[in-house]
Amino acid sequence: MPFLKYEFLQNAFLTGIMVGLLAPVLGVFIVVRRQALIADALSHITLAGIAANLLLGKWSSFFAAANPIYLGMAFSVGGAIFIEQLRKVYKHYEELAIPIIMSAGIGLSVIFISMADGFNTDLFNYLFGSIIAVKKSDVWTVFAILIVVLLFVFFMYKELFVLSFDEEQGKLSGIRSSWILVAFMAITALVIAASMKIVGILLVSALMTLPVAASIRIAKGFKQAIWLSVLFGEIAVISGMFLSYYLDLASGGTIVLCLVVILCLSILYKKFTGSRKVGHL
Amino acid sequence: MENNGNSIAIRVDDLSFHYGDKNVLQHVTMEIKKGSFLGLVGPNGSGKSTLIKCILGLQKPQQGQVYLFGEKVNKFNDWDKIGYVSQKANSFNTAFPATAFEVVSMGLFGKVGLFRFLKPSDKKKVWDALKSVNMDKSAHQNIGELSGGQQQRIFIARALVSDPELLILDEPTVGVDTESTESFYKMLKDLHHDNNMTLVLVTHDVGVMTSYVTDVACLNKQVHFHGNTKEFEESSSDKMSAFYGHHVHVLHHDHEQK
Repeated sequence: MPFLKYEFLQNAFLTGIMVGLLAPVLGVFIVVRRQALIADALSHITLAGIAANLLLGKWSSFFAAANPIYLGMAFSVGGAIFIEQLRKVYKHYEELAIPIIMSAGIGLSVIFISMADGFNTDLFNYLFGSIIAVKKSDVWTVFAILIVVLLFVFFMYKELFVLSFDEEQGKLSGIRSSWILVAFMAITALVIAASMKIVGILLVSALMTLPVAASIRIAKGFKQAIWLSVLFGEIAVISGMFLSYYLDLASGGTIVLCLVVILCLSILYKKFTGSRKVGHL
Repeated sequence: MENNGNSIAIRVDDLSFHYGDKNVLQHVTMEIKKGSFLGLVGPNGSGKSTLIKCILGLQKPQQGQVYLFGEKVNKFNDWDKIGYVSQKANSFNTAFPATAFEVVSMGLFGKVGLFRFLKPSDKKKVWDALKSVNMDKSAHQNIGELSGGQQQRIFIARALVSDPELLILDEPTVGVDTESTESFYKMLKDLHHDNNMTLVLVTHDVGVMTSYVTDVACLNKQVHFHGNTKEFEESSSDKMSAFYGHHVHVLHHDHEQK
């Protein structure tokens, strides 16, 4: 395939396939917990980390040489832990944690970017995704995250499922919810940081939520919702990357538009296969 | 503690609970015997649900102690001995993509433990629980596709699947039509009768309930009555009312005026 003869395209393709699996898997849990916006908050705090790295790179050769994705991840995980703490402070306004972190992330990013004398192409790639900017080290980083996430979700599936459905039942099953939720948030933060090279910071939440939005329209059961979300995520990532390459467009945009098409198809499919609500008792 | 501790499923000892300066429960003391079917009644805002949450350790009272099977609630670990059905009809996310089977299987997760998976024998238990509430035919339907009454049966099945000795139901019939409510109560009575299970049913629907339960407790911040059904009927018969339902109203007003 001519598409894959360049190394940078192989890198992008491999990373994309991994991200297309990771983001929707975690997205299912996030969406059913009604926290779809968390991905947005975390992606903006990730941007602050990346901007900080670009700024520090002006002064320190260590940061100039480092892959900004790592500092982005550190910011993202820190933000995730902070969100969980804020949710405890604002018990009755849990959703407030999201705009707080999101605006803090944007504020920091803007300051760091202006101190680093504004935008460059590097930053533009992080914002909107670019398949030509994926490095070999990105591939290995994302691969490591893939292993961590798959082990976590595989072994903690029961717990995550109960806690997403109702936390009370989880507590009654003797599940210690707090550390599982914090670990889940931290892992989500890692995946967001990992996804941004492909889809971009501004669109990473789309890859977490749109496949899920499409799958829960038609899935029977939770496991099926996960599988369908992954399937939709992969279709969108792969076809989006092809389009991005052949039409010379930002990959984030083409992937998200593919997701929107899938979402519309699933809504139409549901419309034409009849209503799901059973009226009688 | 008395030496009859073995026959007591739940002991609540001088329990008080308040939100800020609003008293919800005041000096509640009660014992619920193993094998009894208790109807816990009281008007809205009487603290019934709070009492249940304290009993389950989901809320921490400012004063007093709860013992489950003789063990302090914060030390209690045998949660699979207890099944709990909350007021789900109003509160849970009906668009959640989970099948009835998946929801019921959650009831086993505590027993199965961390890093482990459901075995074929566990799956059989899920089927048995679904059959016991007559919902095995809907096992692979999403929970949101079922009616309110059917959803409530699924939640009962989830509470039953771990073979609990004690089943606590908090207003399980809210949002369920009268006809299904009756068959629902009958199902509870059968469960109590066939499995010698201890049941606690929280409700404000006194009329129907008394023909199924063995004991009644009336709660309005404090315990105003706790005895067997016969005593309950006698205590209210001196209110001289022809209608049982009317009785109940009289009783409620009494409570509220205190």
